[in-house]
Amino acid sequence: MTRYLPPVVLVVLALLPLGLKDPYLLNALITGGIFTIGAISLNLLLGYTGQLSLGHIAFFGIGAYASALTALGFDVGLFGDVRVIHEGWHPFIGFLVAIVVSGFFGYVVGRLSFRVRGAYFVIVTICFAEVVRLVALNWIELTQGPLALTSIPQMKLGFPGLGELTLRTKVQNYYLMLGVATLAYLVVARLVHSRFGRAMRGLKENEQLAMSVGVNATKTLTVAATFSAAIAGAAGSLYAHYFRIIDPDVFLFAYTVTMVIMVVSGGKGALAGPVIGGLIFGTLPVALRPYMAPEAQWIVYGAVLILILFLMPRGIAPYVDDWFAARRARRAHGAAPAAKPQLEGQR
Amino acid sequence: MSDQPILSVEHVGVRFGGLVAISDLHFDVRPGEILSLIGPNGAGKTTAFNVVTGFLKPTTGEVRFKGASLAGLPPNRINRLGLARTFQRTSVFPDDTVLDNVLIGLHREDGGASLLDAIFNLPKERAGEAARRAKARELIEWVGLSARAEERAGSLSYGEQRLVGVALALATDPSMLLLDEPVSGMNASETKNFVRLIRSVRDKGVTILLVEHDMPMVMEVSDRIVVLNHGKLIADGTPAEIRADPAVIEAYLGKSAATREAEREAAHA
Repeated sequence: MTRYLPPVVLVVLALLPLGLKDPYLLNALITGGIFTIGAISLNLLLGYTGQLSLGHIAFFGIGAYASALTALGFDVGLFGDVRVIHEGWHPFIGFLVAIVVSGFFGYVVGRLSFRVRGAYFVIVTICFAEVVRLVALNWIELTQGPLALTSIPQMKLGFPGLGELTLRTKVQNYYLMLGVATLAYLVVARLVHSRFGRAMRGLKENEQLAMSVGVNATKTLTVAATFSAAIAGAAGSLYAHYFRIIDPDVFLFAYTVTMVIMVVSGGKGALAGPVIGGLIFGTLPVALRPYMAPEAQWIVYGAVLILILFLMPRGIAPYVDDWFAARRARRAHGAAPAAKPQLEGQR
Repeated sequence: MSDQPILSVEHVGVRFGGLVAISDLHFDVRPGEILSLIGPNGAGKTTAFNVVTGFLKPTTGEVRFKGASLAGLPPNRINRLGLARTFQRTSVFPDDTVLDNVLIGLHREDGGASLLDAIFNLPKERAGEAARRAKARELIEWVGLSARAEERAGSLSYGEQRLVGVALALATDPSMLLLDEPVSGMNASETKNFVRLIRSVRDKGVTILLVEHDMPMVMEVSDRIVVLNHGKLIADGTPAEIRADPAVIEAYLGKSAATREAEREAAHA
């Protein structure tokens, strides 16, 4: 039953713009979707290796800047007389550069900080995000600082034999977001179901035991951090080319918190988790807007989060999974429903 | 050839600050034997295990495995050299099924598939995955848990979890297996089955080092026993020799008991 859910959800999401012409709603879905991609990437780290990155927005922002600068071009003086001059390239190359550059930073942060785990890793990632924000704010020659990078070109997709499509409309950008989100989902799904994902799960559940059966903790966690950062970078690139303006505020801590909320409420360590969380917390502010003032909206936002975590501490997706499993078990055993033991509090 | 030890613990000492956990431990394990390390609580047995498997660095001395020093190697590298272990309490990944547990142990069997093969689910990866699953099923059947393969490991009984731990360790294809109190918490028939399992593991050519409190079990299964007390080796011999060793009796029962025993023997003589 739950196996068929992801394709059904994808079809529904793909059909959505046909009935939805309100640009405001469409914009909210695209923005929410871009952050959901970020949440999918965060889930790879938080949900499958158990490491909380509270600086995840850094990889998103790096992707946004890398993509925008690749497409816009820049002229920067480095030390001495060395100048790096770059003419703008195709925005799709920017998208690929964003993935590579963010992935590289993920690799570096992974190597450095997986020597320290848990709380120390959290602190290292927060510091990393703050440092990157300060660089974006102060390296004015490259980033324009608080003046923001503007007139970022819209994303263009080349189709062999069919010419090139510039994504001008919201509907086109919606489908781009949906395509990238689907890809991100599939990459994470393949990764966590492969032997690499097993090593990750082993580390999360019992690090000593995992090491005793040959799991290389640093290498495994670095692979996860690299992929996680690369996917976040892809989301950042979409953000840059959709809004066409970015400033150092893309590195705000609040965005990381948004992604963490999406993952935790939907269910960390479940593939569907960040998607469910993203759908709820991406659309909730929009759904509430006609009925209440922004201040009241945020209160409801908080109340919904608390309610979800109070009723389903492991998040929505694992709760639904357990429910289906319990029902299957009831049917298999005839009557006498043996209460399935809950795993809460174990981890 | 069998004189060449597979594992040598060479004058290993472990100190935690001022506390001496092991003062001077020195013994060899020969290929193909079942060697038990016994001693009263707090004698330093688990510490010795942790040193051998790289979870603790010895303060002095070193451990050699197949002639090569293990100094400075992390646990995962030591496992790759062919030395696997189980743990006293947490021997499984509790949230995964028994099958997935063993598959985690098989994660290094890549079948030549890379990370990219895995992401695109290319034929190499699929063949590797099929091979891993077949091998996992085989190991689970071997330890006798086929009926439990799809159950969450954390929901199994203690005895069954120990078996999962053994299957998991064997999944890494070791030439030597260290078992840390594997039958504690098992009932008599489970223990009996476990002894049979240990023997069949050894018959496959895996050398076994066992730490255990269950003396009848140790006496039954061991080829040789080394006894540790207060961080020092006090005896080394066959089960029969160990049973008669006055130093061992003293360690387990206290001095007065040992003296009484000697006096009684003197009286009878």
